[in-house]
Amino acid sequence: MPVEFKLPDLGEGIHEGEIIEVLVHVGDKVEDGQTVLVVETDKAAAEIPSPVTGTVKEIRVRPGQTVRVGEVLIVFLKEGEIEEETKAPPPKPPEGKRETRLPAQKEKKEEAPAEKTEEISRETEAEKLPANPLEGPVAAAPSTRRLARELGIDINQVKPSGPGGRVTPEDVRAFAEGARRPEAEKAAPEAKIPPGPPLERGGEKEPPEPSEPIALPQFDRAGPIERIPLRSVRRTIAKHVAVAWSQIPHVTHMDVADLTELEAFRGKHKQQVEAQGGALSLTVFAVKAAEAALKKFPRFNSSIDMESEEIIIKHYHNIGFAVDTDRGLLVPVIRDVDCKSIFDLAVELKTLAEKTRQGQATNDDLSGGTFTITNIGPMGGTGFSPIINYPEVAILGLAQARLQPMVVGDEKDYEIVPRLMLPLNVTFDHRVLDGAEAARFLRIIIEMLENPENLLMMS
Amino acid sequence: MVMGEFTQETDLLVIGGGPGGYAAAFRAADLGMDVTMVEADPGPGGVCLFRGCIPAKTLLYVTELMHDSRRASEMGIAFAEPEIDLSRLREWKDKVIDRLARGLVELTKRRGILFIQGTATLEDSSHARVQNAGSSHIRFKHAIIATGSSTRTLAGAQFKPGGRVMDSTGALELADIPKRLLVVGGGFVGLETGSVYASLGSKVVLVEFDGQLMRGIDSDLSKPLVARLEGLFESISFNTDVTSIKEGESGVDVTFSGEIEEKNQRFDRVLAAVGRTPNSQGIGLENTKVKVNERGFIIVDQQRRTTDDKIFAVGDVTGGAMLAHKAMHEGKVAAEVISGMPSAFDFQAIPAVLYTDPQIAVCGLSEEEAKRRGRNVKVTRFPWSASGRAVSMGVAQGMTKMIIDPGSQRVLGVGIVGREAGEMISEGVLAIEMGALAEDIGMSIHPHPTLSETEEEAAEAFLGSSTHILPQRRAGAGRDSPA
Repeated sequence: MPVEFKLPDLGEGIHEGEIIEVLVHVGDKVEDGQTVLVVETDKAAAEIPSPVTGTVKEIRVRPGQTVRVGEVLIVFLKEGEIEEETKAPPPKPPEGKRETRLPAQKEKKEEAPAEKTEEISRETEAEKLPANPLEGPVAAAPSTRRLARELGIDINQVKPSGPGGRVTPEDVRAFAEGARRPEAEKAAPEAKIPPGPPLERGGEKEPPEPSEPIALPQFDRAGPIERIPLRSVRRTIAKHVAVAWSQIPHVTHMDVADLTELEAFRGKHKQQVEAQGGALSLTVFAVKAAEAALKKFPRFNSSIDMESEEIIIKHYHNIGFAVDTDRGLLVPVIRDVDCKSIFDLAVELKTLAEKTRQGQATNDDLSGGTFTITNIGPMGGTGFSPIINYPEVAILGLAQARLQPMVVGDEKDYEIVPRLMLPLNVTFDHRVLDGAEAARFLRIIIEMLENPENLLMMS
Repeated sequence: MVMGEFTQETDLLVIGGGPGGYAAAFRAADLGMDVTMVEADPGPGGVCLFRGCIPAKTLLYVTELMHDSRRASEMGIAFAEPEIDLSRLREWKDKVIDRLARGLVELTKRRGILFIQGTATLEDSSHARVQNAGSSHIRFKHAIIATGSSTRTLAGAQFKPGGRVMDSTGALELADIPKRLLVVGGGFVGLETGSVYASLGSKVVLVEFDGQLMRGIDSDLSKPLVARLEGLFESISFNTDVTSIKEGESGVDVTFSGEIEEKNQRFDRVLAAVGRTPNSQGIGLENTKVKVNERGFIIVDQQRRTTDDKIFAVGDVTGGAMLAHKAMHEGKVAAEVISGMPSAFDFQAIPAVLYTDPQIAVCGLSEEEAKRRGRNVKVTRFPWSASGRAVSMGVAQGMTKMIIDPGSQRVLGVGIVGREAGEMISEGVLAIEMGALAEDIGMSIHPHPTLSETEEEAAEAFLGSSTHILPQRRAGAGRDSPA
């Protein structure tokens, strides 16, 4: 019996993924556990292993296609089943019988009446039909299929409106519009935050979408253009930040922290941490400082449920940090920061960041956060206003620390000394929090950063 | 690399000038690429033009004319028995080829494509060496491999130019009309070439390893042809294998095993028509990342890209249906993808035509394939005996069938046996590509009286609205039938 291999459950909340790569071909022999497909979900790329040792009988997916959990991806024949399969009447001849044939004729049947330039071979009969023969041909005209490719759309995902399930060009265009502006109406009732922890971003329930965009002008009238399909991570980011930006009334509160002491402290312990495989970056201290502030102001560690008109306070502190990757911005999450020391965090943060950059972060690594830190400092900048990682309610932004001439003392008796100054900010959801709280919240973080001993005392 | 050797630069190197290769080269040139095409023949055209489709169809048309001249007597027009002037027939065939070949040369020139007669060997993913009168070195941005396929040999016997054991190339040269010709293989080539020789006067013995002719074609479509071939050929033997072939001065001695009665026979010539193998050897694939499967076919994706990013492949060398029209479309897709267009070879129906008399043409899902896959389909047939045009042409043995999805009513497959079947199959292809319903064909007005009406009526048979077929539930219910 052929084995129908379905898309396995990829972890919490992941219901679908996009096929990035098909690593096998029909007829290939595969080992149990050998990677056969690469699937990218909203959060990470997953290598899908073969469940059996045997032969690939049929591939029902192709790169670019979106598949749902439970959908059949590949049909395998287990080892030793090949013969049974080939005994079916019209396909290739029985293995046993072949031995009686001469070499030339032996191969002949494998190709059926294939001859000359205008012949059908049996192999072809299967090939010219779509991957899933039971579904029949794609019910769309070649020009419509081309349109779909141009718009970067998998035509199988488009809801048909034509007779007999035919996809019209209008259907394709409407679908493309929807992808750019994910159906506001459809998602609206699901706007509420799913109950119970852990809350995820980009999880199964799509948050409400921003309202309809204004139609774009015809750019190609002014000059040549290129359309790049919005795919996987980029698409997720696009949807996610659009939701955050349109749902959350953002306010950014800015301040400056003096890192001179911290820098000295960092210099002193850097090698020690590196020896343990960590990296004593500013983000490590920021995580610890943020934890202190979150403890004092639990509302920064919450979500808002507008439907039930409730604020959901989370009694766990999972802090995400933004990582710039080839595929786009990802936010891996460090869980239960309150139970971890500076040294623990230095190691975990480095490992997690590398894993994320290499595209190996799992869905677990990228979900369950309650607060986020974004450090643009290494790239420069004197200040910025980050977007809150919905459905969280606040985000801490760090710009670049620079040596600044600072006035120490009072008007009568002062001196100007060089200090390492960090512009930083907290952006908060004004529905949940107010400016005064944010100022106090940020003050705690600053105090922690300015007095590194305090950080050490914490755990 | 030789000292001082000149390396030519090109955007696209097309290796092979058959239908797949030249379609790719033409499209690429039209899209603004600098194209170099390397081909062993003096001009583009490939097996199809010089040694395949075109010469075969030229000869098959002639045999159809002969057949028509004979059956005209039934209609009151008597001709004398045709006289065959073999050298003039060859001349005519060569003239046809020459005319088409010159056209392709002209199209190649006008598009500014550099044509090099020779053979190319890939040195790596961006260089190739061309062996011709001299030797040249080419650096390319992309390459399309379109090297085609060759006939399989038979029981160890080699095809020698002018030899008695021939492949289709040798047979189409029409060296003589052998008294007795053995055709090994009951596929398209065997049947077409066998028909030509039988019509020209050879006694044709056909042996087939399998239990049926034309595997892959529904038996109701092959039946009228098999009936005619049984009259035309001396014999057709199934489940028969060739065990040895000895080519001598005055004939070929062949031994058989299997169902054939006479196990040792002598023939004047033997035609091997037992399939084709890909020409993937000797072109330097091992110097690139291009991979072939266990049967030697180059592995490609829907964009026709091989496992080497810069190299594409189209046509027979990539396997699948070995059909010129498929190769041409693949060539266009490859050229478009290389130029950055979002093209893909995602065709839903590839037609195949058997140019015998009667012809058989099919596209999409066959009835037997549907059965094998356990797919529920509704099959309708329109017998040509009910077609005014077919009866008036004296070709009423034909039949048009349609394989339809009973739920959505979509057309999944079309099969036609009869005169001009090849000319009519494209309506079926279009229907399948468009996702058309039986109703779409049934409600499109077809001219009367034509053979193409049989497609309309086959679709209407599904709807129960065929004019010339009694609806099944009403058959015999005379009260409802207008007289």
